[in-house]
This record gives sequence, structure tokens and C-alpha cells, in this order.
Amino acid sequence: MTARYALFAGGLCILALPFFLGSPYAMHLLIQILLWGFVYTAWSMMGRFGFVSLGHGAFMGVGAYVPALLWNYYDVTPWIGIPLGVALAALLGLVIGYPCFRLKVVGHYFALVTLALSQVVLLSIVAARDITGGSLGLTQRAVGFSWYALQFPDKRYFYVIALVLWLGGLAVWRAIDRGGRQVLEAISEDEEAAASIGIDVLREKLRVTMISAALTALGGAIFGQYLMYLNPETVSGVAVSLQIVFAAIVGGMYSMLGSTVGALLTISLNEGLRVAFATNFIGAANTIYGILLILCIIFMPRGILGALENFTARGARSKAQ
Amino acid sequence: MDIYLVEAIVNGVLLGGVLALLALGLNLIFGVIDVVWIAYADIVMCGMYLIYWLYVGLGWPLPLACAAAIVGLAAFGMLVHLLIIEPILRSAPINQLLATGGLLFFLQSFATLLFGTDFRNIGVRLPVIELGDIYISYARLLAFAMALIGAVALYFFLKRTFIGTAIRAISQDRDIIGLMGADQRRIYLITSMIGGALAGLAACLLALQYDVHPFIGNTFGPLIFMICVLGGLGDMIGGFIAAFVIAQIIAIGGYYANTELSYVLAFTFFIVLMFVRPRGILAR
Repeated sequence: MTARYALFAGGLCILALPFFLGSPYAMHLLIQILLWGFVYTAWSMMGRFGFVSLGHGAFMGVGAYVPALLWNYYDVTPWIGIPLGVALAALLGLVIGYPCFRLKVVGHYFALVTLALSQVVLLSIVAARDITGGSLGLTQRAVGFSWYALQFPDKRYFYVIALVLWLGGLAVWRAIDRGGRQVLEAISEDEEAAASIGIDVLREKLRVTMISAALTALGGAIFGQYLMYLNPETVSGVAVSLQIVFAAIVGGMYSMLGSTVGALLTISLNEGLRVAFATNFIGAANTIYGILLILCIIFMPRGILGALENFTARGARSKAQ
Repeated sequence: MDIYLVEAIVNGVLLGGVLALLALGLNLIFGVIDVVWIAYADIVMCGMYLIYWLYVGLGWPLPLACAAAIVGLAAFGMLVHLLIIEPILRSAPINQLLATGGLLFFLQSFATLLFGTDFRNIGVRLPVIELGDIYISYARLLAFAMALIGAVALYFFLKRTFIGTAIRAISQDRDIIGLMGADQRRIYLITSMIGGALAGLAACLLALQYDVHPFIGNTFGPLIFMICVLGGLGDMIGGFIAAFVIAQIIAIGGYYANTELSYVLAFTFFIVLMFVRPRGILAR
């Protein structure tokens, strides 16, 4: 138990570090890791039960564009815009989830339907270029420091927001894990059997899908506020949707911190290689990343953290004997 | 009728040919091995780069470069099966999809590493055919014809040859086939090889009409998965029809609204049809 407290204290120290570091670059990286970690965690909430969605870019896009458009065109504060976007994303999750679960569209068919959904959102944003700026992207009307507009030129504010969001994401993950894991695992193992013992399969699946969609949209919205620039490809593209899936899997979607490990790994790999090879080596990071993914899925289907847990569990067992 | 609408419909038919050709190999792999090669369109992209490199870079004659692309991708298809699919053939289907997703990242960024993100063209301009007031691209007509020939050839290969029969048998029940004395592994390898070769054929015809860049797979990839599923897995004729339906939606939608909206329409159509006819448009 003391080890756990030490870990906790150590974690707190690391999290407080950026305030004293004063390096905007380190701060930017940390914010990115926390925000992506949050989004990946949101994805893993449904991914771990076997509903692999390749369409979370759709939810991110809705969450990011709705508040930005409302703010730019109708002066609606993001405090109203973000909940609206989040609600819309949850509704989208319901609209796509209900028929899928009802008609038992599972496995790679579910993946392809959600992939199509992300394409629908992506191309709709591009098609409405008169208001969304199309592929050129959209810049939120800047007003400087403002709580009303949720705009902070000082990155430290976003660091705190990202931190709170991330911790909240972990709390939700844990709540699902505690409250309904057995139910959901029973469903992912055998739906008919789960239904026969009185589990409302459809309701449980929809609940976790809507939570996952809503949190992903929230992550997208905060990203938009932080970067003050939206581009359909960077919030809703196929690459984003796949990136969400893979980082969560590589990190380990069956552990609470797995998705965060995935975010840490992918972002530091990307940045490390970018710094090491400068821009004349674009693509190097993803080349290695791609190979890593293939190896990971073949040899460590439970991800890095999952493999570590297996390893330590085996160690503990052999010690006990 | 408006001449531009007629042209849109004609071009839709020709685009359907291109899509059908792209979907052909994927359909074979999806239908037989029940594996989604999510990187299929990116394998086609590699073939296009290979043709570009051999033809423009090394100065090989074009037909030879095309032949090399077909042979090269056939070998690559076998490699993909041996290295990526086979180790996880028995795990959940979604894992195989995700493993080839890793391949997608790898291929896209490796192409970026080698060739940069510039759009490249092999610089062959085929003539445009004028039919009255309608302009038809010769390259698209060629792709259409090849798709038709490819589909028919594949149909007869599957129906009339011994190995084709084995491939159809394995797609019906992958466990029982072993009891019949067939070598599962060999059949899967041959299927992957044919799938790769068809990707090579598609690369030849795409290289004639599109610029190649590392992310061209993202343009076609999602569309051809939809077509395979819509047509019914492993159903070559259904796939062919689905390709034309999707292409017509895109072409006619593009005429009345704009290109992106027509794609939105096509994807929405897919989602809805997935719920209405989950086993494909021709399923009984």
C-alpha cells in the first residue's frame, strides 16, 4: 500500500512540475498528453467491451465545431455551446448505436458503420464550407483572456482544465468498471446468455456508447478552445479515428491508465522523432508507430499496461507459492 | 435531358468501374478469409508509387512497370498474410482489422518518407473521347473494361477451377475444409496473392488517371469497404452492382449539389442499407 501512496505522491509532483518549469513547449506537450489521454480513455470505455468504433472522430468533430460555430456566428458562450455539442454527440451515439445494437451489427461491421459515420461528419463539415471554412479550417473569434469565452492565452489555465478533465475521465472509467463491468463483460462474451439472465443488453450498450461519445465530444471541444483553430481533418479525419483506437490499444484498454500510457507513448514518440530528425524526416514517427502497432496487436493484445499487469501478477503468484 | 446530367451519369458509370476494380480484390479477401484489410487502398497506393518509380525514375517501359506492380503486389499480398494475418487468424476478427490498420500507418508514412507529400503523376495523358457533346476519359473507360474483365475472370476462376472451388469451400466453412484434405494455409496464401495482384491491376489503372500521393488511400479506402459490404461479402456480382450504385450516387449528387455532399449521401446510404439489408443488396 505504501508503494501506491508513493506512486500517488510522485504523480502529484510530476503534475505540479509544469508550473515551475516555465517551458511553454513542455506545457504544450503535457496538455496534449492529458487531453488525448482523456479522449483515448473515453474511447476505451466502449472499446474494452468489444464495440470497436472507428468513428470517434465524428464525435470529436461535433464537440469541437458546435461551440466554435455558435460562438463565431451567434456570440453564444462556450459554456452553453459545449454542453450543446456534447449532447448532440451523445444523440449521434444513440442514433447510430440503437440500430446497430438492435440488429446485432457487431465486430468489423460495427467498425465499418462507425467509419462511415466519421466520413459523414467529416465531409459534412467540408461541404458546409461557407460557414465552417471547409478544409481551410476555422478560427474562433479571439477576445483575449475571458472566462465568458473560455479563452486563455496563458497555457497554464488549460493545463489545469486538461488535468481536471483527465481525472474526471479516469473517474468515469472507474465508475463504469465498478458499476457495470461484469454486466458489460457478460454481454461482450455472450449476448443471448446475458439477456437470458435478465440483463437489458440494449440499454447497457447504449449507455456506455453515449457516455463514450459525450466525453469524446467534450475532449474535442476543449481541444478547439485550446488550439483556437479547427480543421476537419485534424478533428474528424480517418487518421484521427484510427489514432484514437490504436493509442488506446497499444497502451492497454483494459486498464484505467492504459489509454493515458498510449497517449504518453504516441505523443512522446512523435515529438522525440520530430526533434531528432527535424522536418526532413516526416513520416519517420508513424513508420515506427505502424510497426509497433502490428507487433503490439500480434504479441500484446492487452496493450503495454495489460502485459505489465500480467507480468507482475505472475511474479506475485510465483512468490506466494 | 440536360447534357451535363448525362455526362455525370456516364462518368458515374465509369467511376463505378474504377471502384468495382478496387473492390474486387478486397472482396475476395474479405469474403474468403473473412479479414478486413483496412490498408487495402494503401497497398494500391504502393503499387502506384512502384509504377511511378519504375517508369519515371528508372525509365522502364510502362507495360513492364505495370506488370512489375502486379507481380510485386501479389508477393506483397502473400507477405501481408504470412506476417500479419496468420499469427492472429484465430483471434477475434476485429484484431485482424486493427493489425492491418497498423500496416496502413506504416505504408502511408513510409511512402511519405520515401517520396514526400508531393502529388506525383506518371505524365501519361490518354486521349479524351468525344461522343457528341459528352467527354469521356479514355483512362476511365479502360478501367471500366478491365474491371468487367477482371470480375468475369474471377467469377470463372472461382466456379470452374479446382483451386477456385477450394477457395469457395473455405469461405463457407474454414474448419471443415481441413477434414476434406485441403491445405488451408495454401488456399489462404493463394487468395492473398490473387488479392494483391488485383490491387496491382487497380494500381495500374489508377496511375493513369490520378496523381499519386501518400494519402490517396484515404480517398478510396472507406468507399471500397462500403461497396464490399453492400454487395454482400464474397459476392462478386453484388460488389459490382454496389460499386455502380455508389458511383451513381456520387456522380448525380455531385451534379445537383457538390462533391462532398454526394459522398455524405453515399455514406449515409451505406449506413441505412446496413440496417435494412445487412447481408448485402442481393441477399435473399
